[in-house]
Amino acid sequence: MAGKTDYHVDLAQALVLKAPAAADYLVVAPLVIGFLFGAICLMSRKNTDRQPYIAIAGLVLMLAADLGLFWHVWQNGTVVMTMGRWLPPFGITFAADMLGATFALTAGIVGLAGGVYALRDVGRTGRRYGFYPFLLLMMAGVTAAFLTGDIFNLYVWFEVLLISSFGLLILGSEREQLDGATKYAFLNLIATTLFLLAVAYLYGTFGTLNMADISRKAAKMRETGPLFTIAVLFLFAFGMKAAAFPVNFWLPASYHTPRIVVSALFAGLLTKVGVYALLRVFLMLFPVERDMLAGTIAIIAGATMVLGAMGALAQNDIRRMLGYLVISGIGMMLAGLALGSETGLTGAVFYAVHSMVVMTALYFLAGIVGRRMNGFSLATAGGLYSQAPWLAGIALVLLLSVSGLPPFSGLWAKVYLVKASLDVGAWWLAFSILLTGLLTTIAVGRTFAFSFWRERQADDGEGSEAPAGTSGFVTASLVALTALTVAAGLYPEPLIQVSDRIASELLAPAGYVDTVFPPQGPQQTEVQSQQ
Amino acid sequence: MRTLIFRTVAPYLASLMILFSIFVLLRGHNEPGGGFIGGLIAASALAIYGIAFGVSPVRRAIRFHPMALSGFGLFLAAIAGILSFFSGVPFLTGLWIYPSIFGVDLALSTPMLFDIGVYFVVFGAITSTALALEERERD
Repeated sequence: MAGKTDYHVDLAQALVLKAPAAADYLVVAPLVIGFLFGAICLMSRKNTDRQPYIAIAGLVLMLAADLGLFWHVWQNGTVVMTMGRWLPPFGITFAADMLGATFALTAGIVGLAGGVYALRDVGRTGRRYGFYPFLLLMMAGVTAAFLTGDIFNLYVWFEVLLISSFGLLILGSEREQLDGATKYAFLNLIATTLFLLAVAYLYGTFGTLNMADISRKAAKMRETGPLFTIAVLFLFAFGMKAAAFPVNFWLPASYHTPRIVVSALFAGLLTKVGVYALLRVFLMLFPVERDMLAGTIAIIAGATMVLGAMGALAQNDIRRMLGYLVISGIGMMLAGLALGSETGLTGAVFYAVHSMVVMTALYFLAGIVGRRMNGFSLATAGGLYSQAPWLAGIALVLLLSVSGLPPFSGLWAKVYLVKASLDVGAWWLAFSILLTGLLTTIAVGRTFAFSFWRERQADDGEGSEAPAGTSGFVTASLVALTALTVAAGLYPEPLIQVSDRIASELLAPAGYVDTVFPPQGPQQTEVQSQQ
Repeated sequence: MRTLIFRTVAPYLASLMILFSIFVLLRGHNEPGGGFIGGLIAASALAIYGIAFGVSPVRRAIRFHPMALSGFGLFLAAIAGILSFFSGVPFLTGLWIYPSIFGVDLALSTPMLFDIGVYFVVFGAITSTALALEERERD
């Protein structure tokens, strides 16, 4: 056992001897909170009345930790903590830079909104099937994926969130859900396996899995190692996760089957983890390979956004339409990655944050609309404007926001992306961004006109004379997210500033690397009296 | 599988296996063993008991729902990490205490607490899968 040693060992060679500042623990706090409260929810599984409040408390704490982390990173730059006290390449490093902290914060907001919405949407059965434990574990997985600084650890968090998402997807075990879940699980497992293969190649080439370590060694390896192959494998694996064009068919096949709050969280969070991983890997680890692949990524981006919007146009089910809008949004973020300029990345990050909030809100909206109309089909929709004018107002805001029309948050991201495309003369990319905007506007306009403006369609005779009222929890979470997109649209400066800083950090990964591996060697100044 | 011989032996076998699983768990810090394999052995003990007597006696015997045991394990593992915050060392650092109980120096540590957590997670998860499968078969 690790007993008391009498002989002298120079611990400074292996261990971090400096005590971390209390604020540095914020980098692991969100996932610890997620696991802790997930465990408590799992233990009180039978107590379906109390469980939601435990979970909401957990989500609130998680959001508080995310906020604290964001503030800490904004003030002091990248925060690093290496698990188990080992020095970086050996211990697993958690490193929160602005990109990770911002995504984690947005995920925290979306997760809390989902938890509150579920108070009404997920009944006793769903709770017994374990909605809340799965939700908390998925949130822990998503947040940890944004914060980890080790690529194998990233794989582990992908697994954590994937397994929790399987549980959420089949909540209730209906036939349709199992059908969707099989496609989802199978295709996602292929993507994860490819990711694992790529990680194995990476480890074989570099002998390290720490992202900062890989980043600083990549320049020397480029002569000898198969970096381009690895980069392409990563592009394929993460592209599949993010639902990029040729490998996105799992998304429309599965996202309309689960409960609406589950779809909302998936749409808001899961594909964005793929986008995050692409940004992280291609800008920090393989910037040279990104330049070589830029054309390919641009074509993928253009195809994803245009075909996604066209798919949305063709759908008759509101939930399916939203699924295609998620895909279309992924194309926008990939366009930013393809451009790789500071303006382009600012747009991509802005769009990612906007999309996380707005897509979740749109699914919430679809849930309310579906409840009032007894179904999600546009063919039987109608008459909602006279029933709930306030809902029409919110719907209009969200639908305009997702199509990128002023004055809501989608606009600014597109302005940046179009500008960045024109800067490098990629007029066709700018054109596809604008075309996507037009197609999306038509698709969502059609939805709005059918479900709100049209007369109620008396299809089934009785016509549901008592529309289910909307509960306060559901409304509150929808209004909160809508307020965020309005705020980010009317006063975009803070978010632009944040996105801009993320873009510049991504383009100069040396700052991140230097925080994990200080150039003057590990700082062991404050040696504690150990023995 | 409900022969007389099997039903007579199963309780002894199951209790021996549980005992052995705890031995394997505690041995695991320095030698082959640990929480994962220990949990698997404990889960197979319950599976044997279940095959001999049916699912409901097993559920009664473990008192808690297996998923709750899993949750408890996850909770222990999280606590093992959190303790490092109060000692001012990075997350998940191994912390040791050496209390002397009845004149024996006992080495207790957070890795051990974590491993016990793993034991419960594996035990709970595998048991609940096994019980669910056996229940289906009987229907």
